[in-house]
Amino acid sequence: MSAPAPVRARIGGPAQRGRGPRRRTPVGRVVLLAALSLVWLFPLYWMLVTALSPREDLAAGRVGVLPTALDGGGFSRALTQFPVLQWAANSAAIAVVAVAITVVVDVTAGYVLAKHRFPGRSVVFFLIIATLMIPVQVLLVPQFDLVNDLGWINSYWAVIIPRSAEAFGVFLARQYFLSLPDELLEAAQLDGAGQLRTLWSVVLPLSRPLVAVLLVMTFMYRWNEFAWPLVALRDPALYTLPVGLSFLQSQYTTDYPALMAGALVSVLPVLVLFGIAQRQFVAGIARSGLK
Amino acid sequence: MTASPATTTPAASASAPPPVRRRAPAVRRWATSYALLAPALLLFGVFVLYPLVGAVRISLTNSTGIGEARFVGLDNYAAMAGDATFWRAALNTALLAAVSVPVSLLLGLGVALLLRDRIPGGGLFRAVFLAPYVISGVVVAMTGRWLFDQNVGIVDRVLGGLGLPAPDWQSDGTAASVSVLVVLLWARTGLAVILYLSALQGIDPDVLEAAELDGASPRQRLRFVVWPLLRPTTFFLTVMLVIETFQVFDIVWVMTRGGPAGATELLVTYAYNQGFSARREGYGSAIGVVVFVVVLAATVLWWRAQRRSEEEL
Repeated sequence: MSAPAPVRARIGGPAQRGRGPRRRTPVGRVVLLAALSLVWLFPLYWMLVTALSPREDLAAGRVGVLPTALDGGGFSRALTQFPVLQWAANSAAIAVVAVAITVVVDVTAGYVLAKHRFPGRSVVFFLIIATLMIPVQVLLVPQFDLVNDLGWINSYWAVIIPRSAEAFGVFLARQYFLSLPDELLEAAQLDGAGQLRTLWSVVLPLSRPLVAVLLVMTFMYRWNEFAWPLVALRDPALYTLPVGLSFLQSQYTTDYPALMAGALVSVLPVLVLFGIAQRQFVAGIARSGLK
Repeated sequence: MTASPATTTPAASASAPPPVRRRAPAVRRWATSYALLAPALLLFGVFVLYPLVGAVRISLTNSTGIGEARFVGLDNYAAMAGDATFWRAALNTALLAAVSVPVSLLLGLGVALLLRDRIPGGGLFRAVFLAPYVISGVVVAMTGRWLFDQNVGIVDRVLGGLGLPAPDWQSDGTAASVSVLVVLLWARTGLAVILYLSALQGIDPDVLEAAELDGASPRQRLRFVVWPLLRPTTFFLTVMLVIETFQVFDIVWVMTRGGPAGATELLVTYAYNQGFSARREGYGSAIGVVVFVVVLAATVLWWRAQRRSEEEL
């Protein structure tokens, strides 16, 4: 086999300067990727086309690659007739507060589990990881009773607090901190820094990728969460966006422009957030050794 | 300035720097560890483990959520054995895992291989494949429901236009299952792409070059060098994806409600249906507990097997 390809040999080497001949642009691969990307993006594109199309045309099956006529009706119904903006505000408030709590809790717990030696450590870690495998549905009833007893039903806290310790986040943080050299922490403590101070001024500055991942993932989880808010929030004015949208979907099954407009309101913030944080996100995932 | 007990004793450190762990009494250090863990322990304990115990308790009763519940022992668990819908849901869940997990892995690896080294627009392509992963399951399902609408959906129009049969995605059970599968794959393959990509980029190019010098074809290098090196990633992804599959709820709930006629019913949607719609809280909880125990046991066994085979290598 006449291997054509020092290029192909390097599965994944970051551009090796000065080693081997200069690489050509792999045209075939780019074309294939572009084709796949079009397929992958189509549902998102179709959401936009639908949201901007006249309702009657869709109902009659008149569709094209572009909207048959530009129509703002979908957006205006979603934003004025339905409380989509209110729901988005609820989701945002819940997600922001939850992110703040979760990042602190996850980073602290992950750090201790990675770098401290104490009896019960593996039991604690196992219990936390095991919670990943609990389907939320099994917790809904007892969690509802608990939150009800606490008087939180129909408040943001009902959604924020019960899941503000996130097992996957703790796991990620622990993996990340395992890769930090012990010597660094020991040096800090020899210099007289206490535990909290070490965590704050030595560990945290080295953990930007981790914090970025946790921020983005937690925001995403909370912003997108469905089953628990569905149960915990009774008052439609307090619905989060996914709960509100699923309600619309069941009530206005055929108003696809409005449904897709509402869906876009849900999609855009997370897409923008990921767009901004993508590099950090990928770096954080890689550094956590999840590979 | 510091409040740490570890530093109040200017440790006997003048000569050789002693390891950190010797500077404070053990019990004090452990107390510090647990103090730092307290928020997590409190949250997991109160809002996850305590309700889990509650769920097990409910699963031993005939609770309807209204009035007094009576203790019925293991009746709810026994009832599953004779419940055809439960077995249907279990089979659907297992099938979904058996199909969607390998396809997600292969698709993710394929895309990651295409993206592997610097390629024009690489970051953009990566973002494209990650995008559906970050969207809410409800929105994914709403979009899926619309794309696959059997009357006016674009999928059937395209299929029709190509002269292919246009299935009834809502009224045909098999077609409905396929539509859920496709939507699920779209929604979560992004994670596999990202993790495989980062693993591929971590492979030492010298290893591949050595294989190439030894005359390995690209395919052989993939099969005998790259794939084994990706094993930890594959293992991790498999575990994550299987766990996720057993918890798929939003997509099915919004897209099909488990229908038509239970064709897309999964264990957790059935548990929810029983617990909330049919008001059989005891039975719904029992199903949930079974899902948890099965997934936990499978994960632990798999983890062990993985570790053993790794030691053998």
